[in-house]
Amino acid sequence: MTTATHRNTAATAGTTTPVGRMAALARAELTLLGRTKATLVAALFVPLVLPFSLRTAVDEMDLDGTGLSVGSVILPSAIGFSLLFAVYSSLVSVYAARREELVLKRLRTGELRDTEILAGAALPSVAIGLVQSVVLSAACVALLDAGAPQAPHYAVLGLVLGLVMWPALAAVTSAFSRSVEGAQVAAMPLLIISMLASGTFVPLEILPDRLASVLELLPLTPIVTLIRGGWAGNLSAYDALGAIATGVAWTVLALWAVRRWFRWEPRR
Amino acid sequence: MNTNGHEHVIDVTDLRRVYGGGFEAVRGITFSVGRGELFALLGTNGAGKTSTVELLEGLAAPAGGRVRVLGHDPYEERAAVRPRIGVMLQEGGFPSELTVAETIRMWAGCTSGARPTQEALELVNLGRRSGVRVKQLSGGEKRRLDLALALLGRPEVLFLDEPTTGLDAEGRQKTWELVRELRDGGTTVLLTTHYLEEAEGLADRLAILHEGRIAATGTPAEVTAAQPSRISFDLPEGYFAGDLPPLAELGVTDHETTGRTVRLRTKELQRTATALLVWAEHAQVELRGLDIRSASLEEAFLQIAREASGGTGALAAGGEPGPAAMAAGGSGNGAEAGRGTAK
Repeated sequence: MTTATHRNTAATAGTTTPVGRMAALARAELTLLGRTKATLVAALFVPLVLPFSLRTAVDEMDLDGTGLSVGSVILPSAIGFSLLFAVYSSLVSVYAARREELVLKRLRTGELRDTEILAGAALPSVAIGLVQSVVLSAACVALLDAGAPQAPHYAVLGLVLGLVMWPALAAVTSAFSRSVEGAQVAAMPLLIISMLASGTFVPLEILPDRLASVLELLPLTPIVTLIRGGWAGNLSAYDALGAIATGVAWTVLALWAVRRWFRWEPRR
Repeated sequence: MNTNGHEHVIDVTDLRRVYGGGFEAVRGITFSVGRGELFALLGTNGAGKTSTVELLEGLAAPAGGRVRVLGHDPYEERAAVRPRIGVMLQEGGFPSELTVAETIRMWAGCTSGARPTQEALELVNLGRRSGVRVKQLSGGEKRRLDLALALLGRPEVLFLDEPTTGLDAEGRQKTWELVRELRDGGTTVLLTTHYLEEAEGLADRLAILHEGRIAATGTPAEVTAAQPSRISFDLPEGYFAGDLPPLAELGVTDHETTGRTVRLRTKELQRTATALLVWAEHAQVELRGLDIRSASLEEAFLQIAREASGGTGALAAGGEPGPAAMAAGGSGNGAEAGRGTAK
């Protein structure tokens, strides 16, 4: 047995930092993601394949007078799918699995703060979402003539909002389940509604105004709107502000809900 | 920081914990642990051990009372306390798909002044298992991995919640050895256990918890000394209890006769036993089934359980059939005397 003496306060190496702690956790999560094949496949390939299945449908859409092109319809949808599958859906499973295995409780006995635990665990998924978004954008520009973004700041803002909002929504969703399987079921409603009604499959621009204005209130819609508008340049300042306000509101609400409802231990 | 032996590393005053459903798991407990001391919380399942330790670890805020660990509130001032403590939960949580070494590496990244991975593994004899996934470890190996993580940052204060549950005899011995070594090196240790042997062998001081309260506390010797010793035997043929010498004069504090079996309790075992044996010698009778046993921590423990359940159901726990009168009568001396001998 080696030195079992207690800490010699001054001489010991390195005090941890928030960044270092989150990096250590993120590294472990990345290893785990690589070993969870089902989640990995869903996270990596669904967002890359799904957009191209839209192609035929979009070709038949009447986009005249909307300022949109095939590329600028598919691109934000593709990023939306990335947020839904690579970030939201996979993180719902991660949070639920770590909670059920008592990993979260164990982590909370250490130096990590609560937010560091949630953020560190989310990092690999967020990174995948970010890389996918960049790759998908490049692909849409190269293959679908999406063109250069007309108002890139809106697109960037939309993506950043999405990468904060969806991990938080995942944490909230995972709180309402008792197992990984249950968490996947709990994720379904938001996943399906977002896929169908947030301008991902069908741009809101070609829907009746009244319906569109209701769908604008969904959490994914402002992100899709900002990215689409950022690319096409057809977003008025008024509409942009509305989308930003909706996006920020959802993000704040999700973060608040995490504080309020997130469960660190399994229900007994 | 001053270390003249009187510094309270853990200080708990009138601590309470109430769960969501209104269940009061900890009902006002007070104790303190000095630097370098090993303090054990003993209790039956549901006595409130884990609920108490979780408050000390800062996992939850108390419903009432005060906790100080190294002079700080472990819940409110988490950042000040955590780098200096090591925690082993009753049920450790590690991702099952990580290997042992990956688990240690992750923790090391989150622990100030962490030991090298290999050193931490050697400490708990897991050196050869470093490439194995956590899900393939035995229950005992998982406990040892958990202990390695608790020791990773060379903590000043160590919280061990049932550290040897699930270990085989050898693993238990090795853990005890390690814990003793740490204590000798100056680490303050608070451990919970339901193995009386563990508490008796390791603890400088202990507290027996029952239903969220401290039922007895002190050094193992003090808690044990508060208990009466017991003598039991069968009355010889043709003799009645009244034929025995006056029991009070023998130092007997309590007695009971069931059929032909006599049970005595005494604080002066040698005096009582000698007088009884001298009497038997003179009367030229044999005391069949003679059983003389001195007080033990186990006795103290069972006494407390018995006392609390009103002297009926819990008798079975003592392995002692007999009417409630004895248990109720006997309970007064034992546990009561143990109370307040702490500090």
